[in-house]
Amino acid sequence: MFPYSHRVHQDAVPNAPALEVRDLVAAYPGTRRLALKGVTLCVPIGARVALVGHNGAGKSTLLKAVAGLLPARSGNISIYGNPPGACHHRVAYLPQRGEIDWRFPITLRKLVLTGRYVHLGWLKRPTRQDWQIADAMIDQLDLSDLRHRQIGQLSGGQQQRALLARALAQEAELLLLDEPLNAVDAETRTMMIQLLQMLRQEGKTVITATHDLGRLETDFDGALYLAEGREVEPPPGTFSGMKVGVLA
Amino acid sequence: MNAVIEWLIAPFRFEFMQTALVAALLVGIVCASIGVYVVLRRMAFIGDALSHTILPGVVMAYLNGWSLPGGALVAGLATALGIGWLSRREAIREDTAIGVVFTGMFGLGVLLMSTARSFRDFSHILFGNILGVTGADLRLMGLMTVSVLALLLLFHKELELTSFDPTHAEVIGLRTSHLRYLLLVLLAFAVVSSIQVVGVVMTSALLITPAAAASLLTHRLWRMTVIAVGVAVLSGLIGLYASFYANVSSGAAIVLACTGFFMLAWAWHALHHRLSQPQIEDVWN
Repeated sequence: MFPYSHRVHQDAVPNAPALEVRDLVAAYPGTRRLALKGVTLCVPIGARVALVGHNGAGKSTLLKAVAGLLPARSGNISIYGNPPGACHHRVAYLPQRGEIDWRFPITLRKLVLTGRYVHLGWLKRPTRQDWQIADAMIDQLDLSDLRHRQIGQLSGGQQQRALLARALAQEAELLLLDEPLNAVDAETRTMMIQLLQMLRQEGKTVITATHDLGRLETDFDGALYLAEGREVEPPPGTFSGMKVGVLA
Repeated sequence: MNAVIEWLIAPFRFEFMQTALVAALLVGIVCASIGVYVVLRRMAFIGDALSHTILPGVVMAYLNGWSLPGGALVAGLATALGIGWLSRREAIREDTAIGVVFTGMFGLGVLLMSTARSFRDFSHILFGNILGVTGADLRLMGLMTVSVLALLLLFHKELELTSFDPTHAEVIGLRTSHLRYLLLVLLAFAVVSSIQVVGVVMTSALLITPAAAASLLTHRLWRMTVIAVGVAVLSGLIGLYASFYANVSSGAAIVLACTGFFMLAWAWHALHHRLSQPQIEDVWN
């Protein structure tokens, strides 16, 4: 009834790709260094795309700009044909674990429930259906036994799965995952990769930042390689798949 | 047994003690429930600063014969908004900005005080005097307590989310800075209503110590709020008895009772932690 953002709900533009970024230049507030120096990419609906690069290459910055957390200095971003922030429920962003205060006294179940808040807005309390959706996602990520545990008492892999459960509970079309496979156990890794495949079957679009070159070919449809805020050619012999950037 | 009950009831045969009891109750509730957010969001320094910066407002109101809580409220709201505004600028760090504003305003308050005939007039502003609370004060405290609790309840979901995951809040279009302003304004209300009870210098103890004690005892926000309120209200009661029977400063007695509860909570936490150490390690592996 009272949405968080003053912008109205906008429908997707027909035939528009899930994400289109053109010559994007971005920098963090209060710094002069440009974190992105003109990046262009186009991701069709239903694709699983990896953003590959070392730390500081601009992967996280690109995801943040698309999520509306960082204003563009210049260039253009369009999500299903609309500007960032035009329709908040359509985009889910999974931050790196360090961006959350894990000592805060809430349970895993409540954390996952916050994925529903974008549909509620001010003043409205979560309905029974919101709780059901949250619980279903908790089950799906095999966290049922831990749902009443305080979030700081989960292992790193469990925390990462909880964040993914929240992103799923949001029922978004475009998922932006920042290093979801970084420093997690094998069980979590397998589970998350299966889930990404399932999302693809549902027609969701997933963009994942990673610095792991190992399993790109099996887990993704395409890859964009970044270094120092620019797209670079894939290293020889590595996977590139579907064309998403400007270079080959 | 009867003697004990008589000892407990006797003070409240006096009307000023009844008023003081209600004041302790209201201030305990409002300070502890907002204090939970102050502690969880690591805003303890702001809470302390905010209580000090209302001094010039109170002194100016006193010197001109205006309403003291009115003067406190104006100064408190101005500081809350000023701190919120300053901390948005990147030129200096937030805690530095608070330090500058806080000492400057407190200095101004002391300077204004020195223009009055006697410093003694201000001792109840600095250190509180719960036994001097009037019916009008009580009505104002009641109004502020109800408003603060109502707003905390209405915006609980958003305050909680912006406290532990501001990034997600921003992604879904929730402006974290707006919630911060709201919290600072509520904080100003809480500080103003507690000035009468513990004074400018010790107000932050009522905000921080009960919530800090509660944070050692539970991992649930609701339980933490209930425990914090319990600690603050009990401390108020202990302070009342201390000032009635031992004739000591009520504000100081209340603050020391809070500190006592904190030390108990700390001891329990340390003991519990030591006993359950192996299990905790198990969770982390």
